[in-house]
Amino acid sequence: MEFFLQLLVNGISLGFLYALSALGFVMIFKSSSVLNFAHGELLAIGAFLFLVLSSWANLPIIVAFAFTLIGSFSLGFIIERFFLRRLIGEALIEVIMLTVGLSIMFKGLLLFIFGGDIHNYRQFLPEGLSITWGSIGIPSVYVASFIIGILFLILFGFFFKYSSQGIYMRSVADNQPAALSLGVHVRRVFALSWAIAALVCAMSGIVLGIINGVNVHELSSIGLKVFPVVILGGLDSIGGAIIGGIIIGLLETFTGGYISTSLREVIPYIVLVFILMVKPYGLFGLVEIERV
Amino acid sequence: MRKLQFHPCGNFRQTYREEITIFETDFGRMWMLIGLVLLFAVIPFISSAYIVYILNTIGIYAIAAIGLNLLIGYTGQISLGHGAFFGVGAYAGAVLATKTGLPFVLAVPAAGLVTAAVGMVFGIPSARLKHLYLCIATLAGQFILEYVFVQWEGLTGGAEGISVIGMTLFGIDLGNDRVFYFVIFGCLVVMTWIAVNLIRTRFGRAFIAIRDNDRAAEGMGIPIFRYKLLSFAISSFYAGFAGALYAFYMISITPEPFNLWLSIEFIAMIIIGGLGSIPGSVLGAIFIVSLNEILSNITQYLMNVGTSSGVAITIAPLREFVFGLVIILFILFEPKGLAEVWRIVRSNFRLWPFSY
Repeated sequence: MEFFLQLLVNGISLGFLYALSALGFVMIFKSSSVLNFAHGELLAIGAFLFLVLSSWANLPIIVAFAFTLIGSFSLGFIIERFFLRRLIGEALIEVIMLTVGLSIMFKGLLLFIFGGDIHNYRQFLPEGLSITWGSIGIPSVYVASFIIGILFLILFGFFFKYSSQGIYMRSVADNQPAALSLGVHVRRVFALSWAIAALVCAMSGIVLGIINGVNVHELSSIGLKVFPVVILGGLDSIGGAIIGGIIIGLLETFTGGYISTSLREVIPYIVLVFILMVKPYGLFGLVEIERV
Repeated sequence: MRKLQFHPCGNFRQTYREEITIFETDFGRMWMLIGLVLLFAVIPFISSAYIVYILNTIGIYAIAAIGLNLLIGYTGQISLGHGAFFGVGAYAGAVLATKTGLPFVLAVPAAGLVTAAVGMVFGIPSARLKHLYLCIATLAGQFILEYVFVQWEGLTGGAEGISVIGMTLFGIDLGNDRVFYFVIFGCLVVMTWIAVNLIRTRFGRAFIAIRDNDRAAEGMGIPIFRYKLLSFAISSFYAGFAGALYAFYMISITPEPFNLWLSIEFIAMIIIGGLGSIPGSVLGAIFIVSLNEILSNITQYLMNVGTSSGVAITIAPLREFVFGLVIILFILFEPKGLAEVWRIVRSNFRLWPFSY
């Protein structure tokens, strides 16, 4: 029973990390319908930027965090402006391969600069955050990531619901020609959504880096783990990404705990195929009815 | 002797028959014959062992790339699992040769058929899914197959892999690179010939119709699910065939090469070569394999030159950087690939000096 509970707690914490890393992916897909294969590298870039600013340049944590967010915001903007904008309306395979190319390029660059080792942030989280409940312990980083995650979710909930830019973004996601004809600046919305997504990625990357250490291979492989999560939750649903992340996290830890550790890595993809066969738009995704 | 004809300065075709001809004039046939003679009678005898090795790799990858182009470029179904299918073919070939003792001539096509069956299983999602959903489904297929390669130890030998030694073709030992060159390029020529002609048949035109507009294709009476499956099967057959050749050429196989990176390389080949172009697939294979070789030679050179080994290790990832950059530059500036570059060069010559 204790084993079960510990697995449950581990699964939910892991799932929350997946959910957090899937957020940026969903934001890009929601507004511009681009499947971003460079997602893991965006996480990694954010994490490394924070590493450079906080540990190497020795800036105060808050300042480093702010500069990281600004830097990744600009990076997202640049990616959209110079690469993705030229491909609006092009075939899907070209858009996908462009993000794959970006992913390879960024990964090469990061490995060139930082190498394949694990780097660690300096300790800055307060120790009092960890929760122990009987024999089950939740380390403080997980609690912190949970708090950050919830904070950002609420923030983005408000952003999409009430701010004018958020409403523009939703309108573009819903019906691009209609939004265009009503005077929404669609290109600016694309640029903004990439910028915000890169910002969210940086934040998730930092949280992942606090927990596992910052490693290029680790972070870029999480970019591929995002696919089962978002498909399960629905590609264009932020709430779905959270639920999907937690389900996949639980699935992984329970498979690893009870069945076999080698199956653990592949079980999300097996589930992914079944979901795609049964309910391709996921639990909360928008169903586009099209009969062929 | 037929009358030799020059290229006309434009498109003067009057019948569909003229439209689907492969060679517009006899000059095309002549160049092809010259090319074949060079390929089989000159190149293998003048090139060094290293060049023969690269050419063999190009030939194997070109076969798989042609298969992938049939699926992505002609049928419009994106597959991120081609590298795994290539692996299925390699394992099928090796297992058939070692466990059941099939001769080389039978083992390679049989491996192709096994892979075609596997490919059809992973093509089933295409009944309900299209575009990016199908793309993600094939991505999942890639990971599942990789897992099977490592875990099904009874058949695949797990992480240690299988080795196939001493294959012979009609009594000739295939251990020699130069002998294998003829096998690979013989296969490549036949497979190219099949693919080029497949596109001109009912099936090929149905594939193109599905790519251009699947709803219209259904409306015109094409059973699209059956044709999509067929396309998956044919494409996987090519991948499996190439994979089996790879297994026999490399002598021993392990699960590592058949990862997502290989799938991405295949897609890069057909994008850089040209989507929906059979010669483009071959050009793409030549480009990617040469790029890989050049990059690894440069890194090796820099490693030898660099005084401290620390510099050398940091240079290695630049290969990936350049590889990604090349893909991006091609997509942004020449999305139709090398086949289009080739066409522009040719038409410049044809229309010279009045090229307006």
